[in-house]
This record gives sequence, C-alpha cells and structure tokens, in this order.
Amino acid sequence: MKFFNFHLMPYRHADLDAIEKNGSAWVTYSNRDYDPKKGAELYHEYLDQMELADRLGFDGVCLNEHHQTAYGMMPTPGVLAGALARSVKRAKIAILGRALPLLNNPLVIAEEYAMIDNLTRGRFIAGFVRGIGAEYHAMGINPAQSQERYAEAHDLIIRAWTEPGPFQYVGKHYHFNYVNPWPRPYQTPHPPIWIPSQGSSSTIKWAAQMKYTYAQTLAPIAVVARMFQMYRDEAEKAGYEASPDQLAWSNTIYIAETDEQALREARPHMEALANRFLKMPTEMLLPPGYSNIESMKRIRAAKITGKPQTLDDLVRNGVVIVGSPNTVREKLAEYQDLAGFNTSLTKTQFGTMADAQARANMAAIAQEILPHFRERLPQGKRQAAAE
Amino acid sequence: MTNPTPTKLAVRGCNITMMRGGAGRPLLILHGAGGMGSWAPYMADLATRHDVIVPEHPGFGASDTPDWLDNIPDLANFYLDVLDQLDLQNVDLVGLSIGGWIAAELAVRNTRRLASLTLVAAAGIHVKGVEQVDTFLRNDEQRIRDMFHDPRRADEMLERTSRPELEDIHLKNRTTTAKLIWQPRGYDPHLYKWLHRIDVPTLLIWGANDRLFPKDYALAYQRLIPGSKVEIIADCGHLPQVEQRQAFVSALEGFLVNRKAAA
Repeated sequence: MKFFNFHLMPYRHADLDAIEKNGSAWVTYSNRDYDPKKGAELYHEYLDQMELADRLGFDGVCLNEHHQTAYGMMPTPGVLAGALARSVKRAKIAILGRALPLLNNPLVIAEEYAMIDNLTRGRFIAGFVRGIGAEYHAMGINPAQSQERYAEAHDLIIRAWTEPGPFQYVGKHYHFNYVNPWPRPYQTPHPPIWIPSQGSSSTIKWAAQMKYTYAQTLAPIAVVARMFQMYRDEAEKAGYEASPDQLAWSNTIYIAETDEQALREARPHMEALANRFLKMPTEMLLPPGYSNIESMKRIRAAKITGKPQTLDDLVRNGVVIVGSPNTVREKLAEYQDLAGFNTSLTKTQFGTMADAQARANMAAIAQEILPHFRERLPQGKRQAAAE
Repeated sequence: MTNPTPTKLAVRGCNITMMRGGAGRPLLILHGAGGMGSWAPYMADLATRHDVIVPEHPGFGASDTPDWLDNIPDLANFYLDVLDQLDLQNVDLVGLSIGGWIAAELAVRNTRRLASLTLVAAAGIHVKGVEQVDTFLRNDEQRIRDMFHDPRRADEMLERTSRPELEDIHLKNRTTTAKLIWQPRGYDPHLYKWLHRIDVPTLLIWGANDRLFPKDYALAYQRLIPGSKVEIIADCGHLPQVEQRQAFVSALEGFLVNRKAAA
C-alpha cells in the first residue's frame, strides 16, 4: 500500500464557539477571526509537516482547494505545491484537487499543473473536482452549471496537454482562439489524474471509464467498499480489470501507545473537525442544481448535515482509524481487504491538533504502519472473486 | 366558475403547461420562482374581466426543460414565440418576481403585442446598498417566511406547500431558478440600460415590506421605465397577489381600466 500525507491545513486557532454560533465555518464565518500572524505560522508549520512526511518515507503529500473557510487555508493550492516542489525531495505531490468549474478560465489550471509537473520533474498528481456546494456560494459560480462546466474544463485541459498548440477551442462556457500553453507537462502524456468524490455514481462511472484513480472522501468503510466495488464493476463494463492502485481511500489515522490513550488524545481534534470545521446547513452544502434531483432527494432524506458525531461513531463506522499500533494495523488490513484499495490518503494532523502532537503521530505511523504495509496488497475473497 | 384544467402547449418543440380561464382582453401572468401552482384566488378575481392565461415556464413543474434554457433572456424570447403562436393582441402582461424580470426583458425587446406591463416585486435590476435576503442560504421554511409580512399567512402557506408529493416539483423549480438567477444574483447587469425602450403603460406593484426585492426596487424601476406608476401595498411582503389579494387586484384593475380609457 502507498501512503500519502493528506493535509487540510485547517485554521486550527478558529473560535469553535463562534463557528457553532454562526452555524458553519464556511462562507459566512467572518474572516475577522483570521489572524494573519497566526495564519502565517500555520502555513509554515503545515508545510514543515509535509516536508517531514517526505523524510519519514510517505509516498506522497496531498493538498486540496476550498474557499472562504476556516476548514482549510488552501484557496490556491498551487502556491503551496510550488513551495513544496523543491523541499519535498522524493515524495509525490498531489493536488486533490482543483475545482474546475469555479474557474472562468480553466487554462490557468492546465498552466499551473504543467508548471508544478515540470518543477517536480514529474512527481505531480493532478486532481480534478467540482468543489463542494459551499464553493458555489463563496465564488459566485452557478451550481446548476457545475457539471457541464466541469466536463468542458476537463476536456479543454486534457486537449491543452495532449494536442500540439496553438488550436482554437469553442465550447459553451469557454472560448479561446489560441490554446497553446507553455510549459507542457513533464510527464507523458500528462500527470496521472485522480478524481476525489463523495461517492457520486456518475463520477465513479466516468473515472472508471477514463482509468483515472478514484479517491473516496470521508465515508464509513462499508460505503467506501461499495463505491470501490462500483468502480471495479464499471471498469469491467468498460472492458478491463481495475487495479487496486486505481483506488485511494481518504482517511484519518491516529496512533498512541494504547487504544485508550489514542482515543483520548484524538477526540477533541477529531470532533472539532467533524462538528465544527465540517459543519454546514444543507442549503449551503447542496445548492440547487449542484446534483441531480434524485441525489438531492437522497441526501435531503439522510439529513446528513445535522447530526453531531462523536469520535466513537467515526471509529465504529470505520471513517477513521484510532488506536494502538496493533489496533491500527489490524483495522487497516481489514479495511484494505474489505474495500480493495492500495493507496491510503491519510490525514495525520486534523482539526485543532497542535504541531508536536501531529508530528508524533506522523512518526508513529511511519514507524509502526508503513513498513508493515509497504508490500501488502488487498487480500481475501473480494480479490479472489475479482480474479 | 370552475377552475380551468391545465392544458399542454407545444411551442417550437417545447411542451409547457398552461392554465387559461375567464373572458375579455388577454392577461398573461408570468409566475415567480415558486412555480405556476394551481389556479389561485387572485387569478379567479381577474378572470371575471379578463382572459387570464398562466403558462408554466420551461424548466418548471410539468413543463419540459429544453436544452436551450440557460437564462432569463432565453425565457423572454420564448414568450415572444408564445405570443406569436397564440396570436395574442393587446396583451396585459403581468410578471411576478422572476416572472417580472422575464416580462421586463420581453418588453425591452418587443411590445408589439402588449397593451400594458405590470411588474410585481420584480427581479431583474440591481439597486446598490439595499439589503436583500439570500434565499439560497435559507432553508425551506425560512424561505416561505421571508416572503410574508404577516407570519400567520406564512403558516398557512407552509401548511399548503409542505407536502412530500410536491418534492420533485419543488426541487425541479429550485434547480431551474438557480440556473436562471444564481449569478449575477437575480439581475441582468445590462437590462437597466434598455428599460427606456418600454413604450406601453407600466405599473409597478410592490409590498411595502418585501425583504427579497425591497420597495427601493420599485422606485428604481420607476426611474428607468418612462411614465411608469408605482403602487406600494401596505403590510405586504414579496407576494402581494397572495398576502394582500384585494389591494393587489384593485390596484391592477384600476390601472387597466385607466389604461383602456386612455387607449
């Protein structure tokens, strides 16, 4: 299994009571509560953690994009990828991903990603997402155009990377007389493309057809397993067998000496993430038109945005893995065999967790987990059935 | 009079639903973001003197969602096609909220078939510095409450509309509304430049307590449409035709009678 250190870069000094009072850490939570002195320190603290991940033997580091929120301080992840391109010496750098529909000029992403791919001499992984619903409130982009803008921007970027320029591009949303980006990507034909998603069936189907790596975001392991099976089924329909390398699970791991200690130490930070940083009302998460009407109904019925979650819920449902080294190894192996993935996108810092604790967690994962899983592939019935 | 049954109308390959009742000169009502709904008491009032025609916009309710539907100007052009196809003359055009925006865009383009224009709590322009509720960050209940001045009227509306069997239509209407008005939020930055072209008598009916498009919007429209008149209805939110039905009908009828006398 491959391990990526996935950082959300939360503004961990956020006033959790103010977030609770506002109803969300997104869009309407005033940036008066952002202190640039503390923010600057956090950027460096988090970038140092990414460099540490590289030295500890993680296979990659992951960044992502969110706007106008204390949940994550990466509206422009390319800036941070640029900062890491020369200091992360060995590991891959993944942006999972940039939200294509939010750009009125997606050629900017073709250029930015190609630059990072050149800077890293081909250690870059290109993630494409639509962005979550809150982004459409924050950025003034019509959620009802999200899917068609995504499809068109993807088409434009891939063509910009693979067809010699200049050429003309005429779409519905994007129009260019000259598509001719310098530089071209370092990797041939272009950087690997990864598609993170909350589990939309149309996204999974499309990713499987395109042979793009699918990354499942925050979800109970049973759901993750179902989504990955859907991907394998769609690959089969498309005429090939999906490899476990095409499936990445986005998780959180926290290790201490004993289960009890790990739970105690992780609890405030994980619950701050789940119940403060992630919290938002349904109308912010799901603006009309963002998903098709059937998905909207399913999500409205589930009322997913209301319930507070305890760390114990998250552990029991296999959203996160927290415990002693032995517990974490057992769970991770069980989940790998159940869901059939071969990449773990692991948050090692989360919520309000301070630097020393995050670094200790990273060191423990590097020492106690990575060596045991380095050569490990998904095992058991699910794989046997696939063969 | 019994309520008219909704019928289907195909306009250049797009099937829409339409209600039509009463007799007299044609009065075309363009509904707001909430959809066409059923034959409402104010429609029945107007149908005693007019041929009341209420189409359901493409993208709403049981009407088709055509591939060409992207914005309010698309609907304005579509309704010019509807007027041609039904061959309506001397139409009194009444637009409610985003239906008012459609009506204004239509009248800027072509008033050949219009006798008058009435905009009710209309979207379509932006007035700087006027606070407006962001309906897209309000939940289903808040959104209904925002539309009324009198909370008891909101309670009645909530009781009528909170029915699970309406969820599909509700989500379809919300999706199309977002497509049409999300960005820029509820206006066309170019519309105000051309409102001077409206050359039919124009009435602006607004609730004094409208929180979605406050009455400053009525005054701004009045400045932009030559000779237009404003009726502000007291104790009234975003839906004058529902919350102050009698005052609404009498303001509209008073305007239409004078308009006919002048014509």
